[in-house]
Amino acid sequence: MSTADWPLFEVFIRSRHGLSHKHVGSVHAVDATNALENARELYTRRNEGTSIWVVPSNTITASAPEQKDALFTSPVDKIYRHPSFYELPAAVDKM
Amino acid sequence: MTALTQINSNHDALNTYILRMADNNLVLGQRLCEWCANAPILEEETALMNTSLDLFGQARNWLNYAVDRDASLQDCDAVTMLRDERSYLNMLICEQPNGNFADTMARHYLFDVWHRLTLEVLCNSANETVAAIAAKSILEVRYHEQRTRNWVIRLGDGTEVSHQRMQTALDDIWTYVGEMFTQDEAELSLVAQGVAPDQQTIASQWRDIVSATLAEATLTMPEDGYSQMGGKQGEHTEGLGIMLAEMQSLYRAHPGAVW
Amino acid sequence: MYAQMVETGVKTVKDRSEMGAEEQAFMARIDEESKIEPQDWMPDAYRKTLVRQISQHAHSEIIGMQPEGNWLTRAPTIKRKLQLAAKIQDECGHGQYLYSAAETLGVGRDELLDQLHTGKAKYSSIFNYPTLNWADMGAVGWLVDGAAIVNQVILQRTSYGPYSRAMVRICKEESFHQRQGYEILLTMMEKGTQAQKDMVQDAINRLWWPSLMMFGPNDDSSPNTAQSLEWKIKRKTNDELRQMFIDQTIPQLEVLGCTAPDPDLKWNEATGHYDFGEINWEEFFNVIKGNGPCNKQRLAKKVNAHEQGAWVREAAMAHATKQQAKAAAKVA
Repeated sequence: MSTADWPLFEVFIRSRHGLSHKHVGSVHAVDATNALENARELYTRRNEGTSIWVVPSNTITASAPEQKDALFTSPVDKIYRHPSFYELPAAVDKM
Repeated sequence: MTALTQINSNHDALNTYILRMADNNLVLGQRLCEWCANAPILEEETALMNTSLDLFGQARNWLNYAVDRDASLQDCDAVTMLRDERSYLNMLICEQPNGNFADTMARHYLFDVWHRLTLEVLCNSANETVAAIAAKSILEVRYHEQRTRNWVIRLGDGTEVSHQRMQTALDDIWTYVGEMFTQDEAELSLVAQGVAPDQQTIASQWRDIVSATLAEATLTMPEDGYSQMGGKQGEHTEGLGIMLAEMQSLYRAHPGAVW
Repeated sequence: MYAQMVETGVKTVKDRSEMGAEEQAFMARIDEESKIEPQDWMPDAYRKTLVRQISQHAHSEIIGMQPEGNWLTRAPTIKRKLQLAAKIQDECGHGQYLYSAAETLGVGRDELLDQLHTGKAKYSSIFNYPTLNWADMGAVGWLVDGAAIVNQVILQRTSYGPYSRAMVRICKEESFHQRQGYEILLTMMEKGTQAQKDMVQDAINRLWWPSLMMFGPNDDSSPNTAQSLEWKIKRKTNDELRQMFIDQTIPQLEVLGCTAPDPDLKWNEATGHYDFGEINWEEFFNVIKGNGPCNKQRLAKKVNAHEQGAWVREAAMAHATKQQAKAAAKVA
């Protein structure tokens, strides 16, 4: 009785002009055209979008959780990358 | 308290036209409601319901205008719930039963192309209110057409079974196509005034668009045979009365009630 | 609550000292309220429990379309039809969000639906009751969605990221459902005829107890709750949620001018809560087992739609495959 389900696509929506596309979830669809239709029906029922991207879920490459420390801890020490690291006199501190 | 009375069925030419537009939407929207929880996949459940919502919303805009022009119609609910099948003015194609998914998509696509072409002209109607309602509707209807077109192609080109079912669906519905392009005197008077489009022009555009889609779908365009007519004058197929009996039952059981 | 009696497969809550390093680290993240994401390590039982709970929740949204769909074609006005269609459509959408969340745990939607269709998976007992008059559309929105919202608001803080995010989205969209339901009832009570007022009371009489049953069995007969709370899959016990629901609902019932079919219902000054009568648990367990008034019909309709739709799903997939082959041939 079971027929293989349609493939999964990840859906990204630009909610307003000038913002980035943001991941909102996924849809099942037979192809990209159909994925756009289904994403439109499901994720923009309340006027949420100005643009949609769909990406086949199996084409996404993700970083591995085990690598989290190796990938992301080093920048924690590099506080000189943040403006608050540099102390300036009050007169020019709006810089 | 509004009394449970028969709604006036003597409309002027413009209200006749407006009610035809409204009833096409009401009747097709109601048919789509019948799909609720029966769709082939969840994604289509959402899509069919969206379309139904669009159609009822458009119907309400048309009905409000008809009621504004003729107070004896009471309000958009009374005019929906208190007219019998002989007073409904939708085209026969809209009321045809859902059948299987191919039947629903064939019916819907052929209507959508007509609907979009008609609304496009109505956007420039000499009547400003008509033009405004059309302008609001057309954005939704363009999308309906795109979606049903894709389904006609998917089913036509898909599997042997789906091809067969879509071809049968087209063959079955074709007898109701001709009515979309017929115009009675009332409507021709509106064409002369620049209020409504000339369906002769639309007919040839419709034919080109549909034949291109059917070719892409590997389907055969049915021969034009004898056309069933009469919906626009209130003579319907038997299914409409049953559909309306269901739709109107609660409203009619409680005359004058506020919901 | 749309998920009732979710099996954790764990008899007693495991002591931290019995856990390996991985599981201890996992529990530490749960304790600090950090979200667990799909690729993170998680205990097998946690994963299985989540799949059961999320899919049960999804199935409930989908089956829940049927009792409301029962009145969609007969809605008394265009406005009410639009509202009801939008609500049913939301429920279908929420089912889809939830299946998506479950799929991040490595199980396909098709498999989950199969479990529903073969009766292996459950959905909320509430949807096995019939909707017998239009006021049921109001009572379902007010009581059933109301009970669901009590639970879902708290589930926004559930420990599994995709589930939590789905709940945030669902809560945002569902806020209109309960108000819509209540407004249907209020209109009938304030502006309606006697027949309409009688419909409202009739709907409340029939749906009151089944709504309270939505929260699941009492805590002392809910063996899975402790583990689910420990994992922060659940955030409050069944009885706590049920009490919250009753406390917030009674003032709304009074505004309507209706009564609950419970002679023991009264305000308790000492506890600061409403006392209420004993739930008919025999009925509850029977509905769960498949003996409710609509169990068979709901499932049969769902299975029928799925089977009747198989050729459509296959055709669409076949067309897409042909298109891809054509595109590939062009490139080559």
